[in-house]
Order: sequence, then structure tokens, then C-alpha cells
Amino acid sequence: MNKTSNPQDLAQIAKRVRREIVSMITAAKSGHPGGSLSATEILVTLYFDVMKHDPANPKWADRDRFVLGKGHACPVLYSVMAECGYTPLDKLNTFRQLGSIYQGHPDVRFIPALEASTGSLGEGLSLGLGMACAARLNGSPSRSYVVLGDGEIQEGQIWEAAMFGAFHKLDNAVCIVDYNKIQLDGFTKDIMDVEPLADKWRAFGWHTIEVDGHSIPALQAAFAEASATKGKPTVLVAHTIKGKGVSFMENNPKFHGTAPTAAECEQALKELA
Amino acid sequence: MVANKFELKPGGATREAFGKTLVELGRESKDVVVCDADLSKSTYTHLFAKEFPERFFSCGIAESNMVAIGAGLASAGKTAFVSSFSAFVLNKGFEQLRVTAAYPNVPLKVVGTHSGISIGEDGPSQMSIEDISLACSLPGFSVFSPADEVSMAAIMRLATAHPGPVFIRAGRAKTLSIYGPEQTFEIGKAIELVTGTDVVLIAHGLMVAESLKAVDLLAAEGISAGVVDMHTIKPIDRDAITRAAQVGAIVVSEEHLVDCGLGVRVAQVLSETKPCIVEYVGVENTYAESGTPDAVLDKYGLRAANIAAAAKRAIARKRG
Repeated sequence: MNKTSNPQDLAQIAKRVRREIVSMITAAKSGHPGGSLSATEILVTLYFDVMKHDPANPKWADRDRFVLGKGHACPVLYSVMAECGYTPLDKLNTFRQLGSIYQGHPDVRFIPALEASTGSLGEGLSLGLGMACAARLNGSPSRSYVVLGDGEIQEGQIWEAAMFGAFHKLDNAVCIVDYNKIQLDGFTKDIMDVEPLADKWRAFGWHTIEVDGHSIPALQAAFAEASATKGKPTVLVAHTIKGKGVSFMENNPKFHGTAPTAAECEQALKELA
Repeated sequence: MVANKFELKPGGATREAFGKTLVELGRESKDVVVCDADLSKSTYTHLFAKEFPERFFSCGIAESNMVAIGAGLASAGKTAFVSSFSAFVLNKGFEQLRVTAAYPNVPLKVVGTHSGISIGEDGPSQMSIEDISLACSLPGFSVFSPADEVSMAAIMRLATAHPGPVFIRAGRAKTLSIYGPEQTFEIGKAIELVTGTDVVLIAHGLMVAESLKAVDLLAAEGISAGVVDMHTIKPIDRDAITRAAQVGAIVVSEEHLVDCGLGVRVAQVLSETKPCIVEYVGVENTYAESGTPDAVLDKYGLRAANIAAAAKRAIARKRG
């Protein structure tokens, strides 16, 4: 794979990833487009610039670990991993079909290069922190990156893990909250408001950075700040737009978990051309 | 009549054997790590914490997180133990055991102490009477219930070397020592402690010693009873169960709900191999109460006398 720190190149990859997300969910006739599109720049920046990993050697001991807590957003993860060369690009459209490695939620039995099987919300941060503990014991430079949904952090286990990460001073762990303000049943503020979100993380002892989750340079700067932060874990509260990049999906709760029709897909791909 | 060759002697608690063996395992491999939820002095993991503080992860009173932290450590190659009271780690951590350990087949080592009702005075909120059922329901998990200190130490070593996730059940109360140091153990191989011709008593945990005592009670009435220690509940030893059925009467005893423990698993095997009369001794569709361990075990019928009575019922049914 060709890694790059050039924001324009990363933006081009993000555009390709968005097209693949829309196409695979349309082909599957089910899936979660909104939260996949909101996390696209975050995953592209991690996989193509920030994280140390090697698709030719996926079990490299000192690799950085990525855990997608919000497992339902796996189309963005599948697309990015395929773009990196971990898995076949030409099979993305088998998503959610029987026998496909691209399962409805990430499944290590089908893609061993995944670090965790997720899908039950609230568990990913604990897993990433456990991996960070192992890295520290091994004297390894490996870092853990965990992407959470903003609805997901309503789960109590997230805050058990938040306490754990700060208490154990896991400065090799980074949590990114994809703060797109929408969950399945509607707007987060109407279902179970998570505000004041940055204050919550600060109170739990995390180095907290608020960032535009669609600005690649801003994400790059935030990840650099996280790496330079010692003695505490870092959280990025990434302000994003659900359905980003497709006009009729943006800020529309319907597209949390609804597949586009063929006509909607055509329209979306035009916008993402 | 076959004499009971096992002399029961006062022994220690299986939780203590767990803690001591954990220290030995820690000395043997730097990859052994332990997660605790504010019960290390009760589970005996404080022994490990004292010797290997950097490999001991205090999780606070947060069992769900503890299980998934352990799964993260195990995913990254560590031999990770998570431990708490059985009631808490299984019930509060069940969702995490399912999704972060069983489903991805992460070789997490789960040890639940203070199982059953012999915890005594603390009462039902702390009494784990459904842990065998929950653990056995997780695909890929191996489930163990050792009867004494020697078997706990041996099973800890087998479980540590085993490539999959495991649950080991330990108790608070001191056990009666059954085995000598020369005894060998194998995953999924029950130990046929006593051979009998009228009835076979199958048990796990502290009910193995009670079954051995029941052999003497029954012998005094001219009844020949065998005893099988089913230390591995899953994978279950189908051959040992089928052999036991040759005498035509079986009693399964356990410090667990009878509705969903070893007994129903034995019955399932028998229905597939050699149908046989079975009587069950255990906790009957209820929660127990506070009291001394002895008083609670007496009241809820988990004693040698209860096993002997069940054996006589089974034999009477066999004779029609």
C-alpha cells in the first residue's frame, strides 16, 4: 500500500471510500450508510497516514491496533482495509451475503486481520485499552485506536473503560468519538443527550481534543498531539455530519440504517464523482 | 463390595489453590496477566498482585469492563485471567464473555470464586447457582468445576495451556481433600473414583466429597455405589456417563440449579446413548438464604444423606 500524508491525496482516497460504501450497502440492500460516511476521513487518515501497520504482515507484533467500536459502520472499515490491500476490493459488493468475508458486523473469523469482532456496542474501548496494556508490558511502541459512535457512549461500559484508561495512564491509547449527533431512533439530543461531551471526557481524566472530523489536516494535527501526550490517554471528540458527502443522507436519521435504492445510489455516486 | 479407597482429609479452599497456582504460573511465564474487580483478597489474586504488580490490572468494581480488558490482553497474546465472585463475573460480564471471548474464540481464562451456596452468610445476591449453565451456553468455552485443591491446581495448568476460552469454578469454603499429588487429570476425562454395582453418583465441585461420604452411608445398608468426578462439565465425558448407565441408576449432584446444570447435560447424553434412571440433587428452582455454610447446605439438601436418599429412590425405580 502507498501511505501518504498529503491531505489532497487522502481526500481522494476518502472520496473513493465513500463511493464504495454507498455501492456495497446498495448491493446488500441493508446496512448503515450514515455512520460509515461520517467516519470516513477518520479511518482514511488513520489507515493511510497515522497508523503503523503492514497489510503484507497483518500479525506484525508491533503494529498499531484499530478497533471499530461502532461495528455497524463496518462498510467504511471494509472499504479502507480493501484499499490498503488486506482484503479483495472486487468483493466489497458481496457485503452481508452468505459466505462473504464482509459480514454484517466485523468478524475476525472471516477477516483475521481485524483486531476484534464488534457489533455489540460499548465493548470496543475496553478491548483497545486491553491491547494497550499488553503493548506497554511488551515494551512495544504499538498504539491502540478505537472509534466509537456518539450513541454508543450511552453504554455504561464506555465509562468504566474511560476510568480504567486514565487510572492506568494509557497514553498509548486514542479514542475517537464520531460525534455525528444522530443515532438509530433520531437525534442524540432527543434520545439520550451526551452533552457536555468534552467536559465528560476531561472529568474522566482524558486529554480531550475537539476536532472537525472531516478536516484531514485537523485530524492529522490532533493525532500528532495525541502521540505527544504523555501520562494520560487522548480522546478526539470529532464533530462530524451523519451521511457526509451525499446531500440527501446528510443529517438524515433515516440513513442511519437504511440502504439507498438503486436510483438513490446513482444520485449519490454522481455527487461523489 | 468395593472399599472406598479415597480417604477424605481436611483441605483448603479451591479459591486459595487458584491464587497460589496463579503465582506459580506467573513465575513460569511473563505473559501471564491478571485482572481483578476489587475482590483480590477474597479471590486470592492478591498473591499474584504482590509478586507481579505490573502484570496485575485493577479494574475497580466494573466486571463488564474487566472481562473485555482481559479479552483485549488475550487478543494481544497475553495469557489473561479475569477473576471475581462467580456471580459477578458471569452475570455482569456475560455479554462481554459472549462477544469479546466466545464469539471471536479469544483464549480468555475466567475464574469465578465463591460459587454455589456454600458462600453462606453473604446470601443469594452473592451466591452463584447458574454459572455452569451460563458458561456452558458459550460456544467454544471449556468449563471446569474442580473438587479440591489438587484438582484445582491441575486444572489451572490444563486450562492455561488450552488454546480456547475457559471458565473455572471455585468455592469459598474449605474442601475435603480427595486427591494425592500423583493424580493425573485430563480435559474432558471424568475420574471414576469408586466402582459400584447398584448406582453411580456423578458430581462436581464440593458434591464429589459428599458423594464419597454417601458411598459409606449406602454401604452400611448393603448398597454398592460408584462415584464419578465430572471435573470437566464441557466438553462432557460421554463415555464415562454411558459406562455409569450400565448399572441402571444414576444420581447427579451439584451445588447449582438442577434445572440447568450438570444433571441436564448428563440426561442429554443418556438420552442419546443409554437411557437410564436418574435422580438429581441440587438447588431446586429457588434462591437460598444467609446462614453458616453448613446450615445452608443442610437446609437446601446438598449433603451426603440427600445423595444417599436419592440413590435409594433411583434403585427403587430401577427395580420397578
